[in-house]
Amino acid sequence: MGTAITDTYEKGQKLLATDPIRAVVVVVAVVLFLDLGWQLASGQTPISELGVLVKDGLMRGLFFGLAGIGLSMTYSILNFANFSHGDLVTSGAFAGMMATYVVAGGFGAEANLGSLLLVGAGGSVFGASLGIGVATSPLAVLVGVLVAGVSAIGLALAIDRLAYRPIRDRSGIALLITSIGVAFALRYLIQFIFGPGRRGVTASGDVPSIAVPLVDGTVSVNLHEISLVVVAVVLMGGLHLLLQRTKLGKAMRAMADNEDLARVTGIPTERVIRSTWIIGAGLAGVAGYMFVIWNGTLHWFQGWVLLLPVFAAVILGGIGSIYGAIVGGLVIGLAMSVSVVWIPTGLSRAAAFVVMIVMLLVRPEGIFSGRSTA
Amino acid sequence: MSDATADDPNTGLSGAIWGQDAVKLTALVAGLFALYLIGGTLLEYGVRQQVNSIAQLLFYIAVFAMLALALNLHWGYTGLFNIGVIGFMAIGIYTTAILSKGAMVTEPAAGSTGGFGLPLWLGIIGGVIAAAVFGGLVALPALRLRADYFAIVTIGLSEIVRFTLLESSFQSIAIAGYYTGLGGGSGLILDFDPTDQFLAFFGLSETYVAATESIGTRLGLGSNPAPVLDGLLYGLLLLVFLIGFYMTLQRIGNSPFGRVLKAIREDEEATRSLGKDTSGFKIKAFMIGCGLMGLAGILFYAEQGAITPDAFRPRITFFVWIALIIGGAGSNTGSVVGGAVFAAFLFRGPLFVKNIVQETIEVDAVDTFGQAVAPIVGSANPVPFFVYTIDNMQQLQLAIMGVVLIYLMHNRPEGILGHRKEAASPIGLERPSISGSIGTTSSDGDSTETDEVTTDE
Repeated sequence: MGTAITDTYEKGQKLLATDPIRAVVVVVAVVLFLDLGWQLASGQTPISELGVLVKDGLMRGLFFGLAGIGLSMTYSILNFANFSHGDLVTSGAFAGMMATYVVAGGFGAEANLGSLLLVGAGGSVFGASLGIGVATSPLAVLVGVLVAGVSAIGLALAIDRLAYRPIRDRSGIALLITSIGVAFALRYLIQFIFGPGRRGVTASGDVPSIAVPLVDGTVSVNLHEISLVVVAVVLMGGLHLLLQRTKLGKAMRAMADNEDLARVTGIPTERVIRSTWIIGAGLAGVAGYMFVIWNGTLHWFQGWVLLLPVFAAVILGGIGSIYGAIVGGLVIGLAMSVSVVWIPTGLSRAAAFVVMIVMLLVRPEGIFSGRSTA
Repeated sequence: MSDATADDPNTGLSGAIWGQDAVKLTALVAGLFALYLIGGTLLEYGVRQQVNSIAQLLFYIAVFAMLALALNLHWGYTGLFNIGVIGFMAIGIYTTAILSKGAMVTEPAAGSTGGFGLPLWLGIIGGVIAAAVFGGLVALPALRLRADYFAIVTIGLSEIVRFTLLESSFQSIAIAGYYTGLGGGSGLILDFDPTDQFLAFFGLSETYVAATESIGTRLGLGSNPAPVLDGLLYGLLLLVFLIGFYMTLQRIGNSPFGRVLKAIREDEEATRSLGKDTSGFKIKAFMIGCGLMGLAGILFYAEQGAITPDAFRPRITFFVWIALIIGGAGSNTGSVVGGAVFAAFLFRGPLFVKNIVQETIEVDAVDTFGQAVAPIVGSANPVPFFVYTIDNMQQLQLAIMGVVLIYLMHNRPEGILGHRKEAASPIGLERPSISGSIGTTSSDGDSTETDEVTTDE
């Protein structure tokens, strides 16, 4: 017993000497968890309240994971941090919502078609008056999901053709800077077309929900949250099968590892890159749309705001790893919402970035290190 | 190639070269002013508006050139991919604000905060030091990261800074009897006027007030010339700072310290193997750059009367990057050119064009994109679309910047004056001419030749 304690002590001392940052992180994590336990035990934070936070965090996390898969794939296969990924998410959300508005508005029967196409720019049509929701207008939402995915794919392929392919052989930094240019162009074109207003797009009052009892209270779960979970799980599962059961997954791993070698072995690298964009952008578009359905509001810089947490998720999970992106997304989502137990709400996003920065410093290769694209 | 020679230390005629670059830069800035004056004439601006527009242009040219110079030290010289510029600017001006705002020793009314009431020059020094120290804190752990990870860390930190400034818990706090704070979402009111303080510092206040009257009447500025001339004076003040920035960075770039930085940029491993403590050099370079960004941030916002966290969104970081890429990373002259071109054409230009068009053409406003596009589809009438475009220039100009950035990365990644392969050696690299040697050596050994030797490597 005595020796065990000395052993642990010595181990701790060694850790402190060799890697002070990691030691500090361990201590902080332990203190936070003890504090959380104490807060729950003393009733300072009711367990049901924590349940709500955890649920919120999981929702956000699923979005981060879904959007992060594409970012992670382009990062490992094309070798650059794509700063326009967030605006791809926004584009998908806008395109999907456009389709939803048109279908829910009866193709111009209930409101001016132009206003529907512009997702009610300038307050001309409201999502609530069209009754948009998974329960109230399932067809419109289904069409919206599909359009979101497809148009994000189309946009990503077009952007790749115009912006990235001509400089494919350049350094990752040159591509990164180019992607910042793409992000700017996309974001402000969206604002130019759809206007600067933030709009409510769902009939948030009409969303059916159930109250799940939890120890000292209830946690309400609504249909939009359930649909986000269902869509995310189905897509992630489908992707898993796609990459495990087909040659494409293997080819992607090979490309991420060594592009020249892959090409020499006969892998059609351009086709693999196209598949990467298709998968990544499709997921980003759908993720953006589902996030908007869940969140109920849509605005032109949504994706940009979400980009850094998505980066955090991808880095946390390990660049190139799809499961890493999912796990990283959940961790970042939880960190963002559960952190309000300790810090003011306004700093919850800062908390996510701190987690990311600490992860980069302590373990830059991520949780699922060295396992690329599968 | 002739551009490359301009910055080249090899010629040993630094004075003449500085003169040459200065001539180039002065010509550029004068050309930009001329353009704006012509535009102003088209708008039938009075003298007052003309002076105003020149003062504003001067202000933006100076701040973006300063920021591009500071960023050039990070990226152009040392290869540090910093996309958190705005965070350091925010730290600079917030520190200055807190140090130099009027002291409040009694509980202030809700929504207002005081500072420590120190003189402004002390506040500015404090702000620069705070930005540099923060840069050091970032750099210590983060410098061992890859360039793209480093980028993500810096932008993450700049956002953390903004969230902290927004946070209402820090809005107002009492420190040692002083009521101060970060002001939260409503920001801080800057109750100091840098131009006034500058004049007072040199005892010129009264001379200046008298001068404004006479200059005002001579130029025909109207009844109250002070605000216009204040703006112009502040712009000129920034120009002095810009020259200071340029000379400092030029000095750094050509010093042994600067040569190590360039060596790190090209190959850190090799530099370390030559016995240089590369991390130490990188931290120092990063801290100097951050301090300069802090100073540029102070100068950017000090005259504005108030600061809010919303002004510190990452887009300004990217503006500075665009300026640097236009001018050419690795060249100080290029950074200034980039800052000037960016400020005149991409930052102020579209709005100026918007003013000109709106002044000359009288049309009804078009509110939404739908109303703008419908006439094109329906009756092939592009006018509403044009009006909408002009109306929304403020948004569209950022999209234009994005496209320009993509274009530059495709076609001219080295920028207007980028010459990252400038010789790192203080003496000529050409072989001494040996009689009877064949081909490769040059007998006249001018600096152009030297550059070619290094570029081709």
